[in-house]
Amino acid sequence: MTAGMDDQQRAAKGCFALHGEAALPDVSGALWLADHGALVVSDLHFEKGSAYARRGVMLPPYDTAATLGRLADVVARFSPRVIVALGDSFHDGGGPARMGDADRAALRALQQGREWIWISGNHDPEPPEDLGGLCASEIRLGGLTLRHEPQAGASPGEVAGHLHPVARVSAPAGTLRRRCFASDGVRCVMPAFGAFAGGLNIRDEAFAPLFAQAPVIAHVMGRSRIYAVSMARCLGD
Amino acid sequence: MTRRPAILPAPFAAWFAARGWAARAHQLALLKLAQQGRSALLIAPTGAGKTLAGFLPSLIELADGEGSKGQGLHTLYISPLKALAVDVARNLETPVADMGLRVRVETRTGDTSASKRQRQRRDPPQILLTTPEQLALLLASADGEHLFATLRRVVLDELHAVVTSKRGDLLSLGLARLRTLAPDMSMVGLSATVRDPDELRRWLVPQRGSGEMAELVVAAPGARPALAMLDTRERLPWSGHGASHAIGEIYERIKASRMTLVFVNTRAQAEAVFQQLWHVNEDALPIALHHGSLDAGQRRRVEEAMAAGRLKAVVCTSTLDLGIDWGDVDLVVNVGAPKGASRLLQRIGRANHRLDESSRALLVPANRFEALECTAAIEAASEGAQDTPPARTGALDVLCQHVLGMACAGPFLSDDLYAEITSAEPYAQLPREDFDDAVSFVATGGYALQSYDRFAKIKRLQDGSWRIANAKIAQAYRMNVGTIIESDMLKVRLVRGVAAKGSRAGAARGSALYAPAKLAPGAQPAPYTGRLTRGGRVLGEIEEYFLETLAPGDTFLFGGEVLALQGIVENEAHVSRAHSDAPKVPSYAGGKFPLSTYLAARVRKLLASPKAWGALPAQVSDWLGLQQEKSLLPPPGKLLVETFPRGGRHYLVAYPFEGRLAHQTLGMLLTRRMECMGLKPLGFVANEYALAVWCVADVGVRAQKKLFNMDELFAQDMLGDDLEEWLQESALMKRTFRNGAIISGLIERRFPGKQKSGRQVTISTDLVYDVLRRHQPDHILLRAAREDAMTGLLDLERLAQMLARVHGRIIHKHLERISPLAVPIMLEIGREPVYGEAQDEILADAAGALVDEAMGG
Repeated sequence: MTAGMDDQQRAAKGCFALHGEAALPDVSGALWLADHGALVVSDLHFEKGSAYARRGVMLPPYDTAATLGRLADVVARFSPRVIVALGDSFHDGGGPARMGDADRAALRALQQGREWIWISGNHDPEPPEDLGGLCASEIRLGGLTLRHEPQAGASPGEVAGHLHPVARVSAPAGTLRRRCFASDGVRCVMPAFGAFAGGLNIRDEAFAPLFAQAPVIAHVMGRSRIYAVSMARCLGD
Repeated sequence: MTRRPAILPAPFAAWFAARGWAARAHQLALLKLAQQGRSALLIAPTGAGKTLAGFLPSLIELADGEGSKGQGLHTLYISPLKALAVDVARNLETPVADMGLRVRVETRTGDTSASKRQRQRRDPPQILLTTPEQLALLLASADGEHLFATLRRVVLDELHAVVTSKRGDLLSLGLARLRTLAPDMSMVGLSATVRDPDELRRWLVPQRGSGEMAELVVAAPGARPALAMLDTRERLPWSGHGASHAIGEIYERIKASRMTLVFVNTRAQAEAVFQQLWHVNEDALPIALHHGSLDAGQRRRVEEAMAAGRLKAVVCTSTLDLGIDWGDVDLVVNVGAPKGASRLLQRIGRANHRLDESSRALLVPANRFEALECTAAIEAASEGAQDTPPARTGALDVLCQHVLGMACAGPFLSDDLYAEITSAEPYAQLPREDFDDAVSFVATGGYALQSYDRFAKIKRLQDGSWRIANAKIAQAYRMNVGTIIESDMLKVRLVRGVAAKGSRAGAARGSALYAPAKLAPGAQPAPYTGRLTRGGRVLGEIEEYFLETLAPGDTFLFGGEVLALQGIVENEAHVSRAHSDAPKVPSYAGGKFPLSTYLAARVRKLLASPKAWGALPAQVSDWLGLQQEKSLLPPPGKLLVETFPRGGRHYLVAYPFEGRLAHQTLGMLLTRRMECMGLKPLGFVANEYALAVWCVADVGVRAQKKLFNMDELFAQDMLGDDLEEWLQESALMKRTFRNGAIISGLIERRFPGKQKSGRQVTISTDLVYDVLRRHQPDHILLRAAREDAMTGLLDLERLAQMLARVHGRIIHKHLERISPLAVPIMLEIGREPVYGEAQDEILADAAGALVDEAMGG
């Protein structure tokens, strides 16, 4: 985090300490690592609409444009030095080939003047061809390791995606189900960024082996800001 | 001696005579029209031999020998209920057997076995009884053309009930295709009395632009029903729908009658009333429960017991509204609000199927407002006033489903299919662009960005005809046909809890047909610790979202029993029998009808005319008198808005009488607007009659000081930008969109090989809605959802009419304290869900708790 900002100011912005690094979960679903000038987005699932259309389910072909549009907004706010796409950037292997010209141009514009790193995921194990950027299976930024799939057991400093966490939160006024970041301060699972990406409740057993010890906080995406909610307060589906 | 030998052949005349009957005038009139090949609408009260009238022409033609030589389907009967089709088939057996007619009558429903369905295609019966969904399936196959080529006649039962829904839209399109396949066939519609018979008459004949109508036959009305409202000895509650105050009095009437049908409006009420009746059932009268969530087998056992006269009473929802003949009912009790005059009359028709005796009905209001509604309904019924809903415009999502179905039947030309579809009454005004959009939707999703051409489901060939791309598409269509979207349901399966060990479980099983299983007093079920197995009996199905509100061990009422949730295993809720004084009652989504506009107007009129209060119970007229003294009675043609402080908050209560759905929408829009005006609204609650909003700011004093204007607050322009903004987030709008996405075939409910439940659906229609709204706001599915919202869950049309009606006619009354009229709606606070723009407040609330936790250590 930039010099001069003390812990309190950071906390007021929703910033939390992740394995000794300052991490700011953004309301868009991106993670801002200010000390590295890095913006991380996970599970973009570009071309999910056309992947369904191939099987006869004609979902709107606008999901890639919608996802890129939201990404452009958050990039404009943070002006990152590097953008990391944390895997499952495409819904399937044929995705890059189906991507339309306008969406390609929008992607190129986002890559302009900065580094772009494609982390490979289970939906897109092969790096996309002719779409710019560098490819890796994981990268390190300071004390953090950025990879797609969270590893079972202790994995301090890991930032991963893959699970599409959502939290179900209830209060007297009603119940909401929203995408969230899940973190115990040691590791973090990021929400899916893709317009058509579904969600998995953080109470699902898939999350249990990741957070064995510390209390887990769900950083829930509200309409205009992030709300930190104790996972113990979140409901199952 | 019969004077009409030319019409009624000798064997038929003899059959009538043998039973001591004479053919009724409307039966003969219908026969004459049928013999001239004319289509007709028959309006007749229950018990007038409507069904026989519908089939008589077919039986006579088939007896004539035409049927025996001409193999093939002669008459198609379509009913909105499977059970009704089965019941009618059974009733037809009698004349067929008595006269020794060589006529084969068969049913075809979702329950018919695959082998029998196969055989029916190969070797059809002369008379086939089926449902709208089965007709769609038959028409969407290549051999439909062959099957229906011999068709002479179509009988549509309970037409008034079908035409008001999307099922009606689907049926109308199917009938349009039938007319193409069998141009010489004629149709007869059977209906209860309706507000506007011409709407139904147009339904029965092809529309060619000048409002063509079928002939009309109206049977003589039956004896006037004897209608009364229970003037309870007990205190009539201010609010609530349980009617528990009247259970003792209802029980007395049941005891004094032969057989009673107790109608309620919702399944939750059915459970509650049934449970309470058994609580006072000291004579152990056989009283049963019947509603749509119960297991089909259980429902059938109740129906059979009823028909055999083994029951004293049945507590039921609208599942028994339609014309099934249930034996010897001599009293109908309607618990709660009647909602509409026509609905009430049709329910009363369940009592006494003999036309010449009047049917007896007792209306039991559950609260004071319902007493007003009951009084208005009784007056309307005695005048014979009808308030059936107006005919609908055909829905676009149903159109999309039908277009794909027609492609599955065989290649089509756009011009031909458009001409056929616009011959159906609901689609007579369908613009060609909408039709073309539907075809484009079926082909590639109908998107402006045309990137899916190579994945098209139907393809246009050289000759201009559209053809399905492959056989898998037809298979998927067949699995998803229909317009009824159920909430995601889980099966409720009884497993053996630890407490079910021993003799009690056996005793409970013995009485399972109608008695709620009661545990010995004080017996508490031990927590279930064993393995959950699939061994037990399925009790029925229940909405998933209700079960989500329960934790294991929580008790709830279902099927007349107190059950404890043991756990949810895949798509089943495992339960055991339990004992609890305060079980939860499932708040089902289904079964709530809005108060009809007509009845609402009558209630407003009654309220405003103290001279007419003589018809009201004294408790109610006293209450209204008090209102007159302390505040104002809502004046006719105006909207009364009261404001008063209470418990540190400031309340605004309005009395539009437009039904819960319209009030909910009004509440959403009103609170948005109040937010902008700085009135700081905190929440609102709506019921059928009124709407209450509470605020931080003193809304009454501000209005008096002219800091804001009531007319402005309720101005019609809230249906403009405010509505647009709200619709983006509205959960009701998203649910409406989801239903349309499923009906139109965008999202499949079922895939070949497996059926997905809500938990497994891989794509959220909410996400699709968000993206589509932003990128193609005029997409056909968004237009369809918008049209549904006008009359469906949001009831925008009614809200718009109300706002227009009260424009410049708002009477604001500022009070020191709560008014008598406001008490019922104020009591609903805490009982009904509170609405508002709570979205992020929910999260803030939960996040606040985290801070508290942290601060508290």
